[in-house]
Amino acid sequence: MLAKPSPTTIANALRSFQAASARSYASAFQSSAPSSAYASKPDASGNYTVSLIPGDGIGPEISQSVKDIYTAAKVPIKWEEVDVTPILKNGKTSIPEDAITSIKKNTVALKGPLATPIGKGHVSLNLTLRRTFSLFANVRPCVSIQGYKTAYDNVNTVLIRENTEGEYSGIEHEIVDGVVQSIKLITYEASERVARYAFHYASEHGRNKVTAIHKANIMKMSDGMFLQACREVAKEYPNIHYDEDLLDRACLRIVQNPEPYADQVMVMPNLYGDILSDMCAGLIGGLGLTPSGNIGKDASIFEAVHGSAPDIAGKGLANPSALLLSSLMMLRHMNLFDKAEQIEKAILGTIAEGKHITGDLGGKASTQEFTDRIISKL
Amino acid sequence: MSFRTALKSTGAANLLSTATKSNVIIPASARSAFSLTNSPNAKSRVPMKYGGKFACTLIPGDGIGAEITDSVKEIFESINVPIEWEQFDVSGETTGGEALFRQAMDSLKRNKVGLKGILYTPMEVGGHNSWNVAMRQSLDIYASVVVCKSLPGVPTRHQNVDFVIIRENTEGEYAGLEHTPFPGVVENLKVSTRAKADRIARFAFDFALKNGRKKVTCVHKANIMKLGDGLFLNTCKAVAEEYKSSGIAFDAMIVDNTSMQLVSKPQQFDVMVMPNLYGNITSNIGAALVGGPGIVPGCNIGREYALFEPGCRHIGKDIMGTNKANPTAMILSGSMLLRHLGLEKQANAIATAVYDVLKEGKTRTADLGGNAKTSDVTKAVIDKL
Repeated sequence: MLAKPSPTTIANALRSFQAASARSYASAFQSSAPSSAYASKPDASGNYTVSLIPGDGIGPEISQSVKDIYTAAKVPIKWEEVDVTPILKNGKTSIPEDAITSIKKNTVALKGPLATPIGKGHVSLNLTLRRTFSLFANVRPCVSIQGYKTAYDNVNTVLIRENTEGEYSGIEHEIVDGVVQSIKLITYEASERVARYAFHYASEHGRNKVTAIHKANIMKMSDGMFLQACREVAKEYPNIHYDEDLLDRACLRIVQNPEPYADQVMVMPNLYGDILSDMCAGLIGGLGLTPSGNIGKDASIFEAVHGSAPDIAGKGLANPSALLLSSLMMLRHMNLFDKAEQIEKAILGTIAEGKHITGDLGGKASTQEFTDRIISKL
Repeated sequence: MSFRTALKSTGAANLLSTATKSNVIIPASARSAFSLTNSPNAKSRVPMKYGGKFACTLIPGDGIGAEITDSVKEIFESINVPIEWEQFDVSGETTGGEALFRQAMDSLKRNKVGLKGILYTPMEVGGHNSWNVAMRQSLDIYASVVVCKSLPGVPTRHQNVDFVIIRENTEGEYAGLEHTPFPGVVENLKVSTRAKADRIARFAFDFALKNGRKKVTCVHKANIMKLGDGLFLNTCKAVAEEYKSSGIAFDAMIVDNTSMQLVSKPQQFDVMVMPNLYGNITSNIGAALVGGPGIVPGCNIGREYALFEPGCRHIGKDIMGTNKANPTAMILSGSMLLRHLGLEKQANAIATAVYDVLKEGKTRTADLGGNAKTSDVTKAVIDKL
């Protein structure tokens, strides 16, 4: 991956090309900008404020690692730590008012792993965050990490998942004993907005193709409408090639050989995205190395999708890579491309070198040693 | 255990010995359920034609179907397998295929056994619903069985993969119930019933029992679809309780984690049982792990009918008519069909020949990194017989 021209270089080239022709199809950006693009301004000292949710378990340690690296790299970011421990408000799970205000104000947040409190009445916190900030698109890039060997090399996939409806609508009922109906809900509005974000992402990140993954041969109307929305949006992006693929074929082909997916962005409804994104994570070695971003109308939250690992919490052994890589997605979302590139090189270089890596990657280093090594490479 | 014996049941004898060893009584339901293989009464169940020939429905299907079924026909012919094909060249790509499709269904109902390729399904609203699904639903062939096993001579990224996917074939997301309550909003109903979950769970445990497998894993998404997949999961748990004494272990895994585990540690799986859509996904992941859709056979089994088709259901339109398709999946499906009919000797001969050809690696089609034609594979298999 390091040998190839970096995605950012391609992205920059594409952006300058598109800037020249932007006027001809400015409408595409007009509609996408308010919902998905970052619009905050830096403060008087040139810093952007970002909400930080350290999370539970290993969360505080890996968040500290991110903070240290950002300080060393002089990233123009001021952290605003917030606590999202859920409270019950009028019988509904919600997060504290302070956190909502902070994230809404900053429109961007970085989040460590959260342990969902077990017990009746609590909706998962991730779902609560998703609802509170209308996080409609989940972005999951998976890139092979040099130095961590799996059965697959050269994986470089990007998957964008509709995050609010589909099979996860939560509408179910038991008609008679032993017969259950679960409703998969697809709306044109939600399909269109995730499709638009997928095209926006593709053009920002130098990928020249968007593929919609579907099962419209079986679910003709619901997945059919998802496709229809994608096709409409595709017309607004003449520079990006659009095609469609069946879910089963996509699974087959990615697992056989993920390499051809390196130049495209896949976009799909909720359940398919859930399954495929974890499948792609499996290709590169699991959730410890995969970043994730949730793009919303009111705010965007970037997070590590792995668990809070209570067994090693507080021991200084945790691998901060997933949170770090998620934070780089955040920097790119904020258009801080150069800083992202600089830190990414340091992280990947450290892992590739293999001398100062954490236990889960097969090394013996502590979180601190790993962090220090990254800082030394900046 | 070879691929062949994985599919081959040791029949009632094995069942009994398991029972006596552990000193327990297998529930009656365990015995009554169907196996893939030659149950003692297979011959009496399947109607035969005069002259000791089995009548068998053949639907080559779209895409590469014609080429790979030709291969099966030639191979069967070469060793005089007592089968008479009733062939129906149904195509899902034309609009006028419906009459022929109905004739094929009638033939299947008469013969009770068939071999088929995959029929194309149009994506457009208003196009006909999937005939593949229609067949499974109307014949109630509720269990799809796909065996994913690493074969010697097939280049893959993962070694020692050996698991079986048992997929509910008739309900779930494939119920085909959709409507638009308001413009721009579509509701798609996924129907889950206890009755169908129960019988597929029993099928999975029986399969595990008869084929010497150790563990059944239920794949679900009950954390989100608490009622629908919850019903499936709980029913599997209840059935597992009944089979506990037979020594088959049971566990459950969420489908997204399953797909991640499949591509990173596929060796941990044994028998997997799941609702329709997840089966579609995992069987494709599974096929990709062991060498692709060209080599993975499959079948659909019900109480009355059995329909054999490649396990990974693709029409392969891109290489259609080029004589490049790998016929292995179809030949092995055909060999499973023979075993189902009780033609054990021919079934084993053909399967062995196919494995030998794969192992030698001289005749490989493009999907396995060679440049042999479909007809070359056919010839190589016949030469071995």
